[in-house]
Amino acid sequence: MKSNINYMLLLLTIAAASCKKDNYDPPGSKLSGHVVYKGEALGLEYDQVKFEVYQGGFGKTGPIDAVFSPDGTYSMLLFNGEYKFIIPNGQGPFKWKQTAAGAPDTTFITMQGSQVLDIEVTPFYMIRNPQLTASGGKVAGTFKIEKIITDASARDVEEVSLYINKTAFVSPANNVAVKTMTGSDITDPNNVNLSVAVPSLTQNYVFARIGLKIAGVEDRIFSPMVKIDL
Amino acid sequence: MKKIFLLICTTAQLLAVGCKKDSEFLNVQPTSILTNEQAFSDPAQALSILADLYNRQVDFSGLDTGWVTFADFSESFPSENGRANIVQRNQWEFKEWSIWDYVYIRDLNLFIERATVAKALSESDKARFLAEARFLRANYYFEMVKRMGGVPLITESLLYDFSGDPTYLQHPRAKESEVYDFVISEAEAIKKDLSVNVNEKSRATKAAVLAMESRAALYAGSIARYGVNTPQVSLSGLEVSIPASMATGYYTKALNAAKEIISGSAGAYALYNKKPDLSENFASIFLDKSNNSESIWVEDFKLKSGRVNGFTVSTQPRFGAEEEEGGRINPSLNLVESFEKLDNTFAPIANTDALGNTLYYTNQLDIFAGRDARLGGTVILPGSAFKGRMVDIWAGYQLANGTIVTGDDRGAQKTLPGQSSPVQVVGFDGPVSGKEFTAQTGFYLRKYVDPTPGAGSRGTNSEIPFIRYRYAEVLLNAAEAAFELGQPDVAAGYLNQVRARAGFTIPLIVSDITFDRIVHERRIELAFEGHVLYDLKRWRLAHVVWDGNKMTEVDLLSNIGTATKRNTQPYGLLPYRLYDPASANNGKWLYKIAMPTLVTGANRFRLGNYYSFIDDNVRANNPKIVRQPNQ
Repeated sequence: MKSNINYMLLLLTIAAASCKKDNYDPPGSKLSGHVVYKGEALGLEYDQVKFEVYQGGFGKTGPIDAVFSPDGTYSMLLFNGEYKFIIPNGQGPFKWKQTAAGAPDTTFITMQGSQVLDIEVTPFYMIRNPQLTASGGKVAGTFKIEKIITDASARDVEEVSLYINKTAFVSPANNVAVKTMTGSDITDPNNVNLSVAVPSLTQNYVFARIGLKIAGVEDRIFSPMVKIDL
Repeated sequence: MKKIFLLICTTAQLLAVGCKKDSEFLNVQPTSILTNEQAFSDPAQALSILADLYNRQVDFSGLDTGWVTFADFSESFPSENGRANIVQRNQWEFKEWSIWDYVYIRDLNLFIERATVAKALSESDKARFLAEARFLRANYYFEMVKRMGGVPLITESLLYDFSGDPTYLQHPRAKESEVYDFVISEAEAIKKDLSVNVNEKSRATKAAVLAMESRAALYAGSIARYGVNTPQVSLSGLEVSIPASMATGYYTKALNAAKEIISGSAGAYALYNKKPDLSENFASIFLDKSNNSESIWVEDFKLKSGRVNGFTVSTQPRFGAEEEEGGRINPSLNLVESFEKLDNTFAPIANTDALGNTLYYTNQLDIFAGRDARLGGTVILPGSAFKGRMVDIWAGYQLANGTIVTGDDRGAQKTLPGQSSPVQVVGFDGPVSGKEFTAQTGFYLRKYVDPTPGAGSRGTNSEIPFIRYRYAEVLLNAAEAAFELGQPDVAAGYLNQVRARAGFTIPLIVSDITFDRIVHERRIELAFEGHVLYDLKRWRLAHVVWDGNKMTEVDLLSNIGTATKRNTQPYGLLPYRLYDPASANNGKWLYKIAMPTLVTGANRFRLGNYYSFIDDNVRANNPKIVRQPNQ
């Protein structure tokens, strides 16, 4: 009996030891940051704006893809090494640098331990100074629209919307109420006002965001998400 | 000495014989594999190879590939809880609908090459087999270009030379227009080799080829014309998008191919019109297998052959079904309300009057009276019958004070106020919220649901065919092409043929023919036949109709019949019975609009969905393949 136990202990030790030997360490270098314009993080829609990271040298090429968070942050765990970062064409309410051939241009990233890297892009518009307040069963938003890209590739505002939701996921698909104003109805971009009635809820707070849709661009740009007590 | 001589002789003999045997042994033909020559030695043998190639065609919806392929796009609610993700997701993945089966293309190419050199086949057999294989290849390329845009056009079998350098096998994507041109030119080239036979449904005929040509040319034409609305959905090499200048040419080809069928030169096809009850007649198009003049090319099934489909088992009305299941596809109010009134106008299903007062109906069906007969042929309405048995769709009682009395199981019983014994308060077909297999929108699907005894039982299943091309679609193709070519009078003529069969007595006139009309007519006539996605894609309306915004009741009830109307969440129309002994309306029916509670998502068709994702592996193996736009 005793020798049996000894054998089992021996086997367990070998098993435990071999596990360690066999496996690779998990990726431990964290790449993180924001997608920014002049240092200011952009507000995006949940699970919509994609980016891709490539690492060469392993035969087939394929992206490690991920999305930016609604507050413009991103993060991924990688091995140390050389990486290429792109934002694919047609993603995001902003312009990402392109090559002369029109392909998305590459940012080279060398991972040697964790690093914080902000991704600088040029948005078509910025929502400036958003003020979201609740009163009388309504949420009101006041903000300024600043046109960033004014050259030949400038685009119009298609519509602006004020979304409210019960959770922190606030978007056209996830909301309990929305108020939309089309771009042609905006008389003064420096002073835009939207107001939405709050439906009856079982909670005394809502989350609110302003989203701006740019004509011909799929992704909206958002103001920071705000929690408002009713 | 003599002994030794004998021994040498024997050994020599043995060696000689053994040698011969060795070479023979190594040359034994396998008994389970046919050589190319044997495979094409006889027409029946070649046909059996072709049968496999027929089987590998891909349809958007198929009766044997699961009911789910019919259920998406807010045209219906999926009444199976395991599939609620269809109405709970907020977008389609980029890889959705993607296909890339070059093994199939290779097998088709091999068949064509081997049949071409086969010596034992008669010239007429050979011509027919070759035309059939080329039709299947063209139709599969058509299916690919619909989903993926331009794909590599491989028309011969490729062989690797083991040199270590496979680059000569890497073909870039053809232009989108080149793939459509290929489909059209193949159709023109093979149509003379195929039979003109209205009763040949499951094999390629001249009419099938022309129907494919007319649909393909129409798709290409509309991508050329409406692509300007989505300039982002394009690639610089035109692997995706077609120049606007090519639109007229494609529309002309679409109209001519359709006219060739309509003129009767490809066989005496006609709209199915056998039954006096027009709804019954419309449903029968999809059920009748004898002398059906409407279907052109079908995927056929046969009872007791192993090739049967279980679509009816999945979708039959739940109450009294042959199995304890069914009812999975509940058509939405979004679709139901868009069936026109017989005076050619659009209106919501009237559950209230203009002032918002509830309307009461004596019979459940009365609320749907005076509408397009295709409504009853496509959808099982509450108060109608299937297999001679009334469906039992009602959501509960409404009391005088507006309180609803209902149950949480099929056919549940409760005691109504003022009564002493419990009565049934909800239908055996539901709707019960969240209860799978009940009619949670208040409707069941009728199209393709087979009323034959046994069709709804798992051991038997159904043998009704899936119609890939049918005559009414050819008419609609012709109408759309004519409209786009500036011939609204011609378009009206074709549309009116289809509409007359649906019970419309007032023909459309030239001024009625608009783009919205064309879009509407296809949606109604071809509902649940696998067209809605491709149609909205080619008109570049998919991202407008499925825009990801939640749908309010106002959205639902306004702009009915408009091509750009939002359609992101399926609504239902639930029948209730008034229980108010003091009222003259006691026992009558009222209807409430409600969204099934399981619906939490909203359809969002992103620009990157217009052309499905090409797998990373494909692009890694062949760097010449450019990626799709907006992904």
